[in-house]
Amino acid sequence: MTMPRSIIDKIWDQHVVADLGDGRVLLHIDRHMLHEVTSPQAYAGLAAAGRRLRRPDLTFATADHIVSTENGRTDDTVPGGPEMIRALRANAEATGVALFDLGDVRQGIVHVIAPELGIALPGATLVCGDSHTSTVGALGAMAWGIGTSEVEHVMATQTAILRRPPTMRITVSGTRPAGVSAKDMVLKLIATIGTAGATGYGVEYAGPAIRALSMEERMTVCNMSVELGARFGLIAPDEVTFAYLQGRPFAPAGALWEQAVVAWRALASDPGARFDAEIELDVSSLTPQVSWGTSPQDCIGVGETVPDPEREADPKRRQAMRRALDYIGLEPGTPIRDLPVDMVFIGSCTNSRIEDLRAAAAVLKGRRVAAGLRALVVPGSGQVRRQAEAEGLDRVFTAAGFEWREPGCSMCAGMNADRVPPGKRCVATSNRNFEGRQGPGARTHLASPATAAAAAVAGRIVDVRSLEGSA
Amino acid sequence: MPEPVNRITGIAAPLPRANVDTDAIIPKAHLLTIHRSGLGAGLFSEWRFDDDGRERPDFVLNQAPWREAKILLAGENFGCGSSREHAVWSLMDFGIRCVIAPSFASIFHENCQKNGLAAVTLDEAALAHLVACAQATPAATTTVDIKASRVTAPDGREFPFTMEAARRQALLEGLDEIGASLRHDAAMAAFEARDRAQRPWIHALPTA
Repeated sequence: MTMPRSIIDKIWDQHVVADLGDGRVLLHIDRHMLHEVTSPQAYAGLAAAGRRLRRPDLTFATADHIVSTENGRTDDTVPGGPEMIRALRANAEATGVALFDLGDVRQGIVHVIAPELGIALPGATLVCGDSHTSTVGALGAMAWGIGTSEVEHVMATQTAILRRPPTMRITVSGTRPAGVSAKDMVLKLIATIGTAGATGYGVEYAGPAIRALSMEERMTVCNMSVELGARFGLIAPDEVTFAYLQGRPFAPAGALWEQAVVAWRALASDPGARFDAEIELDVSSLTPQVSWGTSPQDCIGVGETVPDPEREADPKRRQAMRRALDYIGLEPGTPIRDLPVDMVFIGSCTNSRIEDLRAAAAVLKGRRVAAGLRALVVPGSGQVRRQAEAEGLDRVFTAAGFEWREPGCSMCAGMNADRVPPGKRCVATSNRNFEGRQGPGARTHLASPATAAAAAVAGRIVDVRSLEGSA
Repeated sequence: MPEPVNRITGIAAPLPRANVDTDAIIPKAHLLTIHRSGLGAGLFSEWRFDDDGRERPDFVLNQAPWREAKILLAGENFGCGSSREHAVWSLMDFGIRCVIAPSFASIFHENCQKNGLAAVTLDEAALAHLVACAQATPAATTTVDIKASRVTAPDGREFPFTMEAARRQALLEGLDEIGASLRHDAAMAAFEARDRAQRPWIHALPTA
């Protein structure tokens, strides 16, 4: 009798190259994604030590953080950007790494293109110098963000040094009410267990409400794993996963596909597999979520009011809440609904895929953005943009008064030209509402694409379900 | 490659705030570089400086003697958020050699390790004592002894901490981690040969 194993156990065991003792192993990395902000220093370190890139064939690069999302953009559009973009290009060329450069339809946010191109695969280990690498766990990959020194380590060895993380299963049950999205589900989860609720864990999301999600919705959930403190979060592959992947450019084809699917089916956690922690969440009565503070855990239902720090028992939490309210400019007891907003941003590795754009466009069809409000929609990749244009979504957005942009991290990273001015309030579909995240002094309210679109129309935060004729 | 670190004796600056994220440690305006050096200028820049670039006198690292701090006393979940290693580079460039906190976010913790920035975990009570000492006598020094795994407060009170053996060894010896891993080249080659047979779709990719 073999011990029942979790999907995390199975992927881990498959990838151990060497045991370093002391609980650490060298784990093989199947896919390495590079971008312009966290790879130049790694390349410089590699060159300084006279080392070679071990597996250029398993390494892929794109520029996303610093790039301009303006139509007609060039390397030079964003101050500070050209040096980083050109370094990425030169490094990729010198080491034989596939680069999805500006002007290539495959360029886009690294976590959007990795699944879209079939680079990320079930059962694979995938790393990138970016914390939201957890996104592609949606395909059943073990995927996590690393720092630049680790990027250099993976470049030189195609392995990472890891200690086996404790495992957590988050079981989500119930049926989501209509008008409530995967984003609302994950925001509620973070509000429930906190931003350190899964610190250091490898998480498997399971349960009927997870299985019912589309592939893209699963990416939204896994994207925010890092906002729970988790090292990675993944979902066992199933027919939904296989249907999504088949035919993608870097996915296996023909006999290799058939062989891979057999292996992928065997990845699911065995009945009786043990996890170090178990969490359950029921989404039957979930409502659209909006953040009120400066941490992703500061979320409430759109019908609720801003909480009062004075009613918080923990003094540290109380202090953090006061600071958050001061920064965000809100009083306790204020209904979050009807709060006026200056900007709306639909994009980011959390919510810039075609389904996100469809959900926002469904709300916007036949409507106009409120007077004086600036609204941006930034597709996650060139392919998302092209698909949206084929479906006429771009015309829905532009007719409503949204700016239709080129792909990139845009206002989520805030390190390109797209920023929220100081003191302005923005409803964003991104993943972080930290102080200064969207620009110094920017006030960010996290929400789903549908909620963001509704806010753009109303000029204030509204319950998208109250808009006549929207889904 | 990190320099060896054993004893760190210096002024400890209190910043006992929970969930300090890497965007706060080094705001994105300072990430527009392909170099690792000089990033101390951007450390906590939105907290250290006002919109006109003047120091905010109420921020701890703008106050004497804390602007000379080698040790940062931090709150739980320090370093959460973005994976940017620039956060560690900026702390070190500013002169911080050790961060003591009740807990660290995992990517940041790894980044500390790779650069020889000591990340020491102490419980809330011990941190509260160190913060109280730092506030009472700001110029007094705290000592972090990595080898003995012990923090000595300015008043002489000692707090033992636990650190994984590999982390301690790396700090003490300043290891070349990549060089050490490359010594497993035979195991890597063996893995790849075996894995190519078991999971050919991982290794035989269509070209771009």
